[in-house]
Amino acid sequence: MDTVFLAETMGKLLAGLPLTIELAIISISAGAVLATILALFRATSPIAEAIVRGYVFTLRGTPLLLQIFLIYYGLGQFAEVRHSILWPFLRQPYWCAILALTINTSAYGSEIIRGGLQSVPAGAIEAGRAAGMSRLLLTRRIVLPIAIRQALPAYGNEMIAMVKATSLASIVTLMEVSGIAYAIISETYRAIEVFLCAGAIYLTLNFLLTRGLAVLERWLNPHLVQSRT
Amino acid sequence: MFLRRLLPLAALALIAAPFASEAKDWKKVVIATEGAYPPYNMHAPDGKLIGFEIDLAMDVCKRVNLECSFIAQDWDGIIPGLNAGKYDAVMSGMSITPKRLEVIDFTHAYTNSPTTFLVEKGSPLAKMASPGRVSLDDKAGTDAAIAAIKPLLKGKIVGVQVSTIQSDLLNAFLKDTVEIRTYKTTEEHDLDLAAGRVDAALASVSYFSSTLNKPGGDKFTMVGPLLTGGMLGKGSGIALRKTDTDLKALLDKGLLAAIKDGSVKALSMQWFKADISAAE
Repeated sequence: MDTVFLAETMGKLLAGLPLTIELAIISISAGAVLATILALFRATSPIAEAIVRGYVFTLRGTPLLLQIFLIYYGLGQFAEVRHSILWPFLRQPYWCAILALTINTSAYGSEIIRGGLQSVPAGAIEAGRAAGMSRLLLTRRIVLPIAIRQALPAYGNEMIAMVKATSLASIVTLMEVSGIAYAIISETYRAIEVFLCAGAIYLTLNFLLTRGLAVLERWLNPHLVQSRT
Repeated sequence: MFLRRLLPLAALALIAAPFASEAKDWKKVVIATEGAYPPYNMHAPDGKLIGFEIDLAMDVCKRVNLECSFIAQDWDGIIPGLNAGKYDAVMSGMSITPKRLEVIDFTHAYTNSPTTFLVEKGSPLAKMASPGRVSLDDKAGTDAAIAAIKPLLKGKIVGVQVSTIQSDLLNAFLKDTVEIRTYKTTEEHDLDLAAGRVDAALASVSYFSSTLNKPGGDKFTMVGPLLTGGMLGKGSGIALRKTDTDLKALLDKGLLAAIKDGSVKALSMQWFKADISAAE
């Protein structure tokens, strides 16, 4: 192993790290908000349920790679889109990538949150109602905290998947960690060393993410922590 | 279909194996090409490889009594595959650069296509100064040509294929003037130029002439200096393994003869509608 080359490669790849983190944080947060709205909206009426089901079916059933391509190159082909008020955003690869990542993760996320919502015990809801809570207060104090607690382990999987999915942003010209890795490989023809370095970066990111999730899980489940000590 | 794809591989293994070990008495040469870089090389509708480089190879091989055949290989792995002995040569519009010379060898160049900008006809950039050929080996001339186009390009977005001599050129001369956006393929920057996401694209004249011939290509025009030399390399040559010096000598002989009697120029006119043949 050529340690000088490895160090040099690592330095170049780390320059793409802020963009990778930015893409992951924005799309995961926006995706989570959207997913929660979808999951709550789904429960309101049969029509709403049909709409959300169609949305989830489409986005989960097609590859993220295609979604990014369609949003970036696909929408750009239509003059109507190019002359619309959305074009200042869709013109930029950054917002196209964020949009694709966000709607993709929101589809998976809404299903995870739906599972969490369904796991809220009917007794807890009844107790809230008996105490005279309004629907909003009940959702905020009883339903969401329990649902999030139940959904968190599965949602953690989705977040990890999203950190890795940011690597697809390189196909729409964004030079995040993978984009830079591909560029270095096509210059040096040394795929193994470069991919090892890139892999190490993603591994470190996801290690920190899983530690963070573990802390969050403990905070959301205080009764379990106490029972263990 | 799948088996048909495997057959050439099996045949190749049979041919390549004995040649790689003993050989040096070259009779059959297997050449790899991308098959996706018109008009250098491309797939005909029936799946056959056609293009300028295929015709040129047949001409050159005949001159030195070699039996040459082509196989398609992705651009990504084309150099590692050569060094791994999967084929004996590469003809795929590959520029001769110092970086590539570290791992492989090249014959004499057969084409030397200048680098220039492509813009939309109505764009303000269409007024860019176009002083004709400028060699990067001529420092004063280069500086003048770059200085002439800088004010127009200020703050514009230029698309370029990743890891090409053209992206090196942008980084060396216009990094502080323009925003550089890199693409995996040249077709993708053409798409974004049409969509208005980039203001100009930078690539070789030979490639842009194929863009102009595609549907919708008539709204573009080539502008700016026609840059050659220096970091842009010595043009495209046939890539070979460093160890095969005897094959290099053979192909060089055939290639130089083809350049001398105007055959390369004739093929260039046929496929590119312009003379981009390399000098002797």
